[in-house]
Amino acid sequence: MTLTAERTREPAADRRGRPKKSRQGRETLLLMLPALIPVLIFSVGPLLYGIYLAFTDARSGRNSVTSFVGLSNFGDLLTDGDFWASFRIGLIWAVSVTVLQFVAALGLALLLNENLRFRAFTRVLAMVPWAMPPVVIGLMWRLVYHPNAGILNSTLQGAGLLDHNVDWLNDFSIALPAVIVVGIWTGMPQTTVVLLAGLQGVPRELHEAGHVDGATTWRRFWSITLPQLRPVIVTITSLDFVWNINQFGLVYVLTQGGPGGQTRLPMLFAYEEAFRYGFFGYAATLGVAIVIVVLAVLGLYIGRQMREVS
Amino acid sequence: MRRPLQYLALLGYMVFLAFPLLWLLSTALKTSQEMASLTPTWIPRHPVLTNFADAFTEQDIVGSALRSLVVAVASSVLTVVLALPAAYSMARHRSLVNKFAIGWVLVSQVFPFILIIIPLFMVLRSLDLVNTLPGLTVVHVTFTLPFALWMLQGYVRSVPRELEEAAAVDGAGRIRALVRIVAPLLAPGVVATLLFAFISSWNEFLFALVVLKDPDVATLPLTLVKFTGAEGVVRLGPLAAASLLATIPSLAFFAIIQRRLRSGLLAGAVKG
Repeated sequence: MTLTAERTREPAADRRGRPKKSRQGRETLLLMLPALIPVLIFSVGPLLYGIYLAFTDARSGRNSVTSFVGLSNFGDLLTDGDFWASFRIGLIWAVSVTVLQFVAALGLALLLNENLRFRAFTRVLAMVPWAMPPVVIGLMWRLVYHPNAGILNSTLQGAGLLDHNVDWLNDFSIALPAVIVVGIWTGMPQTTVVLLAGLQGVPRELHEAGHVDGATTWRRFWSITLPQLRPVIVTITSLDFVWNINQFGLVYVLTQGGPGGQTRLPMLFAYEEAFRYGFFGYAATLGVAIVIVVLAVLGLYIGRQMREVS
Repeated sequence: MRRPLQYLALLGYMVFLAFPLLWLLSTALKTSQEMASLTPTWIPRHPVLTNFADAFTEQDIVGSALRSLVVAVASSVLTVVLALPAAYSMARHRSLVNKFAIGWVLVSQVFPFILIIIPLFMVLRSLDLVNTLPGLTVVHVTFTLPFALWMLQGYVRSVPRELEEAAAVDGAGRIRALVRIVAPLLAPGVVATLLFAFISSWNEFLFALVVLKDPDVATLPLTLVKFTGAEGVVRLGPLAAASLLATIPSLAFFAIIQRRLRSGLLAGAVKG
């Protein structure tokens, strides 16, 4: 009965609403245009063109002729030893920073969720890296790692842990771990903030029930807190992974990819190909390859998490 | 037993987070002689402020700070002016553009900058905007817009539509209702968005590196990086001082907006 009544009323409302709707549509378009045009011209368009460039032999010269070369850039990429080296370093970097940063941030978030003294102070301190210009973060850590004038060498030698000055950012085997530490320091605030908010969303009653049942702290963390946090954890680690694999500025300032390419992340490699050697097409191919890898990794990761939930 | 361990862990975090910052400060307060002595200590033997003065008299640094300021002010104002009408429309009417804006915020996270920056560089080159501050401003506006739009439409949404309609019924025209009723309520949100756009532009390095090749138009982050490459230990003091000064605007503005930014990131993370 009600159904038929509604059905008969619908077209009437529509007839009355239509002129208003189209006026509204025009108004919407008019209000949107100023924001839409720059985004379309300066980022959506370039992105699409960038993907197209991956299939061309574009060079940096103003008058160079560009022609379509199909998949040949991808073939070159697959046989390019430098690319694979950079790709391997990128994966090591992105996975270690994401995982270690997550563990460190979870620990910090758990502490900040407790009723401890100095909590407010630590919270403020933990936000500082978020606001700092990445370039300043890089310069600051260069001062810390400085072989002669840096505090790290003198502290470690003072504690008897080192007997000579280490050139942290120029040592073949130490540079990448040293850079990873900076990555963790830089990215901790966002991860901590998100995890802390997640923790505060875990219902108190669950913990109290666990307590009554005699579950230990560890057990409550493992079977109550973690499962409750899962969606938040999956989201923030995915985002962190994407941000990390696309990282450029921080490492560029720290090492410029050196020593001997030991910290040349994929984006540093692509930047050099494009703006030092002028291979625009090849650099774009590298970008597309990274997108494919990112989507594959995220697909696997998120897919697995979803399956485990259900 | 648990509490002491927790405090120990908290102390560990505080040390890890604070020690690079303290070292930057310590370096900024040291004389060049002390830097050259090669036995670094936490507390400067003769703390001085000359490094800050040096940073201010250094022609390169002052000039590039001014250029950074111009770009940051221009791009934050432009971002808000362009985003405000769109944000209003997004919040008040449902449309396809809402989905597009959210989608674009997400997509722009996944795609590596290299795919955008090469064609963008070609576009700017054909418009003769390479090596110019307007060129960099355009780029900064474009890349801050989606998130600024997202922030602003949240603030518009928090202004009750009824208030606006009531004013219109009371005989105030639509424009008058917007100016007299909505604008004052929206002002804090607009300021937060302005500050956010300012910080993004002030801190930005990568686009500046590609767009501004000519050292005569370098922004502050570019000049700071160039500074480290070329100079020896003796110049580290002024560099540290300049780095600290470069951080102050970002840190101050961030302190003002961090609560709003946190909730924005959270909305993104939870819905993402």
